[in-house]
Amino acid sequence: MELNQLTIREAHEKLQKGEISSLDLVNACSERIKKTDKKLHCFLATDFDNAIKQAKEVDKKIKKGGKIKMLEGIPCGIKDLILTKGITTTASSKMLENYVPLFDATVIKRLKDNGAIILGKQNCDAWGHGGSTENSDFGPTHNPWDLERVPGGSSGGSAASTISDQVIYSLGTDTGGSIRCPAAHCGAVGMKPTYGRVPRFGAVAMGSSLDTIGPLAKCVDDAAIVLNAIAGVDEKDSTTLPKPVPDYTQMKDKGVKGLTIGIPKEAFGKGLQPDVKEAINIAVRDLEKLGAKFKEVSLKYLDYGLACYYIIMPSEVSSNLGRYDGIRYGHQSNKADNLFEIYTKSRAEGFGAEAKRRIMIGTYVLSAGYYDAYYKKAMQVRTLIKEDFEKVLSEVDLILIPTSPRPAFKLGENTSDPLTMYLEDIYTVTINMAGVPAMSLPCGFVNNLPVGMQLIAKQLGEEKIFQAAYAYEKVNGWNKLKPKI
Amino acid sequence: MKLTKAEVEKIAKLSRLELTEKEKELYANQLTKVLDYVDKLKSIDTENVEITAQVTGLENVYRGDEISQCDYQKELIKQSAESEDNLIKTKSVF
Repeated sequence: MELNQLTIREAHEKLQKGEISSLDLVNACSERIKKTDKKLHCFLATDFDNAIKQAKEVDKKIKKGGKIKMLEGIPCGIKDLILTKGITTTASSKMLENYVPLFDATVIKRLKDNGAIILGKQNCDAWGHGGSTENSDFGPTHNPWDLERVPGGSSGGSAASTISDQVIYSLGTDTGGSIRCPAAHCGAVGMKPTYGRVPRFGAVAMGSSLDTIGPLAKCVDDAAIVLNAIAGVDEKDSTTLPKPVPDYTQMKDKGVKGLTIGIPKEAFGKGLQPDVKEAINIAVRDLEKLGAKFKEVSLKYLDYGLACYYIIMPSEVSSNLGRYDGIRYGHQSNKADNLFEIYTKSRAEGFGAEAKRRIMIGTYVLSAGYYDAYYKKAMQVRTLIKEDFEKVLSEVDLILIPTSPRPAFKLGENTSDPLTMYLEDIYTVTINMAGVPAMSLPCGFVNNLPVGMQLIAKQLGEEKIFQAAYAYEKVNGWNKLKPKI
Repeated sequence: MKLTKAEVEKIAKLSRLELTEKEKELYANQLTKVLDYVDKLKSIDTENVEITAQVTGLENVYRGDEISQCDYQKELIKQSAESEDNLIKTKSVF
């Protein structure tokens, strides 16, 4: 096995015992990036020099007999929507093409405090807007299982990079499925935590009432280890929940006996591709064999989640992207003659088509005369969605649904019609509306393309998700299969 | 109902986005499609339903009103397209 294929725990143990060095690990990953990224396009910026320096320090510490932390000396990749001090952070948008942050996001600070080594910044849909990475202003990422297909999005670079063993793990963001969708399409474990569980300070804001940050990993255990490191209250993000963070790795051997999992009939209707449905049915039977109980439940507002999301999210996007005025930082047009034109021309040149669409939808639904009909209505429906989840999750421990209605589609297949593209998010967005945690977990292959399923728990119920995911992964080797690149 | 060109122009102005004639036509069609889709919410009865803006119910998070020093004021100013004497420079309003 190559070093870059190791999981976090495997790498950690080998490092601590002195069997491998952090430098070897960093070199194995950077070589892999250099060899494969022309085909995949996962990275927008790399920082190998600093990574090597850091690795040498860790190796010195180990040689002296020092005890290292779980993430110490282990290389990772970061979605380019998360601010990294001194490393260009573009949000995959021309608007921020030359933006170098002066500070780290809280999650980056926490990773660094744990000794993590950042190899670089990963491609995504610009501003997190999309489900395929085709909206990146710097060109799409390719799916490692089939280079003609999308990796999902918006954290597509992070998922593809992790599964191609360019890095040991990655951090992504999830506003409507942006961790889970690419995790499903690339065969990664993607964990979207409860809203407010992980601080967003230093993440480029998209939909502030929905945004979350979480890991994309090669296995459940790695996702648990990373979430342990980044979760918890932060005074710089006042939406973080002041609740203690459990050790999610403790759920490793709990098994699923005694857990009841709900299957909402609304999620298995006509939009779902039959062979994806079959893969999920097999996973359900596997979990049943392990001792989980299943129960049919009803999420009657599931079908309205997408409509609700495409009002609330663009409203928040239009507000959050208002800060890009061409003046304080980011792109400024050199064709402007007055202040108004600095705004309109800088934004016209700096934003891509999808950002423009979302800004305009948001501006429209928030504008005088339409606010009650759209925004207020959507916030009321959001209450119904939230109550729907609360009710079902008081009867069952977890809900299981598909992550995507079909496996990864071909590049260019959906780009002419934004609405068709939006419909790919049908199973993920509603979860952000309810603020509950959800993991996408590999559960099989259809035509050699990975398929993912989601495990959903009530707010702050991450432990139960990990409990079931650990148990399922133990009897299924989906994550042992590697794409050939 | 299809958005008119005048409506798209109004939204673009509010959004501070300069659009080409081609973009106006394209976005009129695309935005109309999205707005038609989200209209399905109208079929839900929401009378007397409270709104949800903060999904975890957290409210009124305070901290002490203490002044702390920013370590990189000068560098922040330099991130602007134009600056002078540690101030951001921009064009006149008119």
